Amino acid sequence: MRVALFITCFNDTLFPATGQAVVRVLERLGHEVVFPPDQTCCGQMHFNTGYQRECVPLVRSFVDTFADADVVVAPSASCVGMVRDFHGRVAEVSGDRGLAAAVAETAPRVHEFTEFLVDIAGVTDVGAYFPHRVTYHPTCHGLRLLKLGDRPQALLRAVEGIDLVDLPDATECCGFGGTFAVKNSDVSVAMGTDKVARVLATGAEVLTAADNSCLMHVGGLLSRSKSSVRVMHLAEILAGERG
Amino acid sequence: MTGTWLGMPPFPEAARKALGDTQLRTNLRKATGTIRGKRAAVVAERADWEALRVAGKEIKDRTLHNLDTYLEQLERNVTAAGGVVHWARDAAEANRIVIDLVRAADADEVVKVKSMATQEIELNEALAEAGIAAYETDLAELIVQLGHDRPSHILVPAIHRNRAEIRDIFLREMPGVTEALTDDPAELAAAARAHLRRKFLTAKVAVSGANFAVADSGTLVVVESEGNGRMCLTLPEVLISVVGIEKLVPTWQDLEVMLQLLPRSSTGERMNPYTSTWTGVTPGDGPREFHLILLDNGRTDALADDIGRQALRCIRCSACLNVCPVYERTGGHAYGSVYPGPIGAILTPQLRGVTADEVSPTLPFASTLCGACYEVCPVLIDIPQALVHLRAKAVDAKRGKPSAERAAMRVAQWFFGSSRRLRVAQRLVATGGRVLSRRGRIGRLPGPLKGWSGARDTATPPRRTFRTWWESR
Ligand code: SF4
Repeated sequence: MRVALFITCFNDTLFPATGQAVVRVLERLGHEVVFPPDQTCCGQMHFNTGYQRECVPLVRSFVDTFADADVVVAPSASCVGMVRDFHGRVAEVSGDRGLAAAVAETAPRVHEFTEFLVDIAGVTDVGAYFPHRVTYHPTCHGLRLLKLGDRPQALLRAVEGIDLVDLPDATECCGFGGTFAVKNSDVSVAMGTDKVARVLATGAEVLTAADNSCLMHVGGLLSRSKSSVRVMHLAEILAGERG
Repeated sequence: MTGTWLGMPPFPEAARKALGDTQLRTNLRKATGTIRGKRAAVVAERADWEALRVAGKEIKDRTLHNLDTYLEQLERNVTAAGGVVHWARDAAEANRIVIDLVRAADADEVVKVKSMATQEIELNEALAEAGIAAYETDLAELIVQLGHDRPSHILVPAIHRNRAEIRDIFLREMPGVTEALTDDPAELAAAARAHLRRKFLTAKVAVSGANFAVADSGTLVVVESEGNGRMCLTLPEVLISVVGIEKLVPTWQDLEVMLQLLPRSSTGERMNPYTSTWTGVTPGDGPREFHLILLDNGRTDALADDIGRQALRCIRCSACLNVCPVYERTGGHAYGSVYPGPIGAILTPQLRGVTADEVSPTLPFASTLCGACYEVCPVLIDIPQALVHLRAKAVDAKRGKPSAERAAMRVAQWFFGSSRRLRVAQRLVATGGRVLSRRGRIGRLPGPLKGWSGARDTATPPRRTFRTWWESR
């Protein structure tokens, strides 16, 4: 399959290793990966912070960039949620019918990485090897917007050598919330601190998720508390190979 | 503390203070955890729960869509059954009507059934100013009132108090209570009962709200657990009910759906212990005079908003509060309104106006958009969607005034405008990150980055972005 990668601005800038891992997994499974170079940002930060008008040109450029792609894959549950659930609203706010039609065309073709693997590529065993104790945090947008369900765990369970342990109270939000982390940093940190305590209780070496944004928040708290637990996007675990 | 919510600080500030109160957090975690578990268990019993939620949503939407018709139908039927209907545009008007009615009954005290609408209009304060004493008869509401406190939860207004604190309040404020009182829940309830009994028997006037009003029969419905509400609804001579105009359901058949959704979502019970219904007045049975005050107070403004109006479907079950991770940590007072938690964050700014005061514009931002509230709401209110919509309203209301945040958002928008500009931004981030980094981590930073970096480290941004790697393959 020919897959267009939407890397997301956040991963592009701060977590290129996640993108590289996605490419490695997809190519290992025999897919052709293309990277439309004009891509920038889905507009989630602007939209969720109340800057819907500022979001309009970003949505326009997104639909232009991915107009020709049959399948778009992104390693971020929250950005995919933004595209699929809210680009339509941005188009509505803009009053541009053409944009609304373009969004209706593009948005359903955009898939989160684990969704693509399980539902479209039809695999759970991606041939990965990762001999570590890992716990998985289902990020809220993956859980409740995209309804990823058990897909990420199914992929992780199939990894050779992995010791996957349950995270207590896993479905409770980590407290990141985009600009919430700054606007309401005290509450955000209080929630994140509770998440950290649960992660530590599992004895895991690695905390993984389908969103680097939440991992950056929890990982930042872990690092400040001098913990040795690493955070790692799920794609990087699925890219792991023997030797 | 007083009963009024005037002058509440912005949410982040109030939340910070609340977070420092470890007793509060312990009380809340325990209470919300228990009720969450109970709800989940009774909801799981119903295979048709999702269908019930859809029905609840559709009934409310249909009602709101034809609200004018149903309100007039209700008015006709209440009047025909011997009740008197009053219309109140806002809190001041509603309070004035109540005061006039109490005076006309020649009374200087009223007993009250737990009611959100009367809390919303701050009726007790208005009555006090008019020299009329109001006695809350719901146990939790009584604790709040005696503690000169404010409610912090829709269903359990005193959820922020534990048994020991409640005992202290009773000891201090309840006439006749002695040191012998322990903090045993049964003893506390007995003390409250003895205190209230006197009031039930002497009060001439009762004030209530209503959970539902059935348009096609003119019937009002109050759902409760303690039975004190029923005492108020039946013993006094005059009954005054203050009811928001969105509380309508068209028929008893619609009510049936709501009475299945509400107790399971609210107290985690299959059925609530007391459901009282009354239609106008019945000679020789219950109050001789019945007044229904239909309250707008911002509701028609909310109704005019295509996305915001779904908040009017709310049946005040408080399930969204009990699952909210923000509410669990800050408690209800931080929301600066009688409606706390997720529903408060979308209802208060609509009822008051998003720029009405200091706290309202900050409420839509008091959420991580985690969506736990939407998952449990029995009438399918998409609270995250409404929050984001109201954030836009809050931002739009301030356009034209200088703002550092908007400037930053504009800059970001410009950088995201093309991949060429994005590359420039990426180089700036990489260089800046390297300058600030120590041993592979960025630690505490001053200024606008303080909020992020105060408690969290950040990994040093990599030298090569994904796209430069891709091009070099
Ligand atoms: S918004 Fe929904 S969950 Fe929250 S109190 Fe209202 S009906 Fe209940």
